[in-house]
Amino acid sequence: MTYATDQESKTAAGAQDDMRPGLARRIADSDIWYSFTRSPLTMISAAVTIVFMLSALFAPLIAPHNPFDPATISIMDSFYPPAWEADGDPRFLLGTDDQGRDVLSAILYGMRISLAVGFASVIFALVVGVTLGLLAGYLGGWVDSVIMRIADVQLTFPAILIALLINGVARAMAGPQSYDKVVFAVLVLSIGLSFWVQYARTVRGSVLVEANKEYVLAARLIGLRPLTIMFKHVLPNVLGPVLVIATINLALAIITEATLSFLGVGVPPTEPSLGTLIRIGNDFLFSGEWWITIFPGIALAVLALAVNLLGDWLRDALNPKLR
Amino acid sequence: MIAFAIRRLFQALGVMIVVALISFMMFRFVGDPVNQLVGVDTSPAQREALRQALGLNDPVLLQFARFVAKAAQFDFGISYQFKQPVASLIASRLPATLELSFMSALFALAVGVPMGVYTGLYRNTLLARAFLAISLIGVSLPTFLIGILLIFIVSVNLGWLPSFGRGDVVSIGGVWTTGLLTKSGLQSLVLPSITLGLFQMTLIMRLVRGEMMEVLRTDYIKFARARGLSRRAINFGHALKNTLVPVITITGLQLGSIIAFAVITETVFQWPGMGLLFLQAVQNVDIPIMAAYLLLIAFLFVVINFIVDLLYVAVDPRIRLDGAAR
Repeated sequence: MTYATDQESKTAAGAQDDMRPGLARRIADSDIWYSFTRSPLTMISAAVTIVFMLSALFAPLIAPHNPFDPATISIMDSFYPPAWEADGDPRFLLGTDDQGRDVLSAILYGMRISLAVGFASVIFALVVGVTLGLLAGYLGGWVDSVIMRIADVQLTFPAILIALLINGVARAMAGPQSYDKVVFAVLVLSIGLSFWVQYARTVRGSVLVEANKEYVLAARLIGLRPLTIMFKHVLPNVLGPVLVIATINLALAIITEATLSFLGVGVPPTEPSLGTLIRIGNDFLFSGEWWITIFPGIALAVLALAVNLLGDWLRDALNPKLR
Repeated sequence: MIAFAIRRLFQALGVMIVVALISFMMFRFVGDPVNQLVGVDTSPAQREALRQALGLNDPVLLQFARFVAKAAQFDFGISYQFKQPVASLIASRLPATLELSFMSALFALAVGVPMGVYTGLYRNTLLARAFLAISLIGVSLPTFLIGILLIFIVSVNLGWLPSFGRGDVVSIGGVWTTGLLTKSGLQSLVLPSITLGLFQMTLIMRLVRGEMMEVLRTDYIKFARARGLSRRAINFGHALKNTLVPVITITGLQLGSIIAFAVITETVFQWPGMGLLFLQAVQNVDIPIMAAYLLLIAFLFVVINFIVDLLYVAVDPRIRLDGAAR
């Protein structure tokens, strides 16, 4: 966050030269921290996001049961309602599903997969988008036209449709037998490829500005290779806005993963993500076992909302023009 | 204006050719089309004969030209899973999707515009804040979750409305089926339309709100107030009217996304439309349907974009100058 904007990176670099105040002091003095402490909603969403991420990370330690261990689950425990209902079981706080898995533990483990796929797709989209944006902006010419034309065409379609199409093609290429082994790679690929355009456009725009600055001219003058200039000199200066987009896109990536899993083309039921859990539970909604789908649904909704609010706040805080 | 239209038309053609190329490559190179058509016991000689008959040995460019020519006549080949022509499959599903999309757009406009006007006029009231909070949830929550929650509350707990299918449909002239003429058909439309239109509704609401706040600051509104016009005349006659250009544009452009997002809503509500067909195609690797759906959606998008562009220029003379200069 310290190098989040162009200006800030300069003040940070300047601070290094003279007295170099402590990191805590710099954070406490920053505009971002001020705007953070002034917005209770943002503080709540940050707290929720951190709690969710930590509980996902330490799921094996916190979860009361291991939903993937066949030795500990029993079909006899299936369809227990939440513990506070009349025939609930205190062992299963949020009830159990059709196979006797504890819903709370399944949510914790599922969140892990949802967050992992979300992060991985955002990083993948970021790497692809930033690389292509750098190439387009710095090289210009036909490289630029080709990349940006593709981006234009892709922008015409909603991301979910692109993700579904890539998913279908990857499924056909992998063949039905080996598909389960590559399912995570396919998900990351399809979600990542449906979001790269935003990064590419942003980076290209900033590169066009940066490319004419003196430090780039100087680097060219001393004979550095274009690739070195692009990735070592220009890239750090255009990364700020990219990180903001990445935060906003994290919520979007989590939702897209959940949607694909819900549609049955995502994570398989053997290792369910939140979306898969909702899909499984959806079959039991009408027979009265509402907790199997509603609790994962709430978890997903709260997670998406919190990350979204955080991203919105970050965008506004770093972009005083929008306030 | 005509030069602008022609330039846009060429751009649209360019997009269509790119999409057709992608669609063709999927069709031709993802999996072997011959393998999908024959059984395991077909001899290599027979396969080769079929290959020849299908023209798969011709130059790729020729194959692409043939693909485009066929697609232009709505001939997308035979579905792998249903063993029926793709075109007739899609045609039988099209009315359901279009009806649903249209109703969702109607819902989004009918609810979104008044909510936007209200929140724009009375920014700090409790109700306006509540509307904004709802809109935030509408943007953040995934569509399928909204659908499930609606089913859970309205269908399962309250038992008011059906939760799946189209209800009774009436056939019109053998080419179109409609659920708009029967009671159960209309009831079945309610929940899916709300689910599908909620995101667009919040979008329209936020747009109208922003535009209203902007317009209300302008001099001609101040002048209208000074003239002593009624609040009603100012708010609706002058302010709202001037916010409608972007609203029309966005709604038009969103119509395409509504049709595309119908995939999710149709799955939640088991709505027998195109989206469900496409999803089954993705699950079962039915390339001809995927290719045809891609082309169809691209075509819809391109046509909608084209019309919206032209409308925009026709409605707002300032853009015409920009467009001509570009």
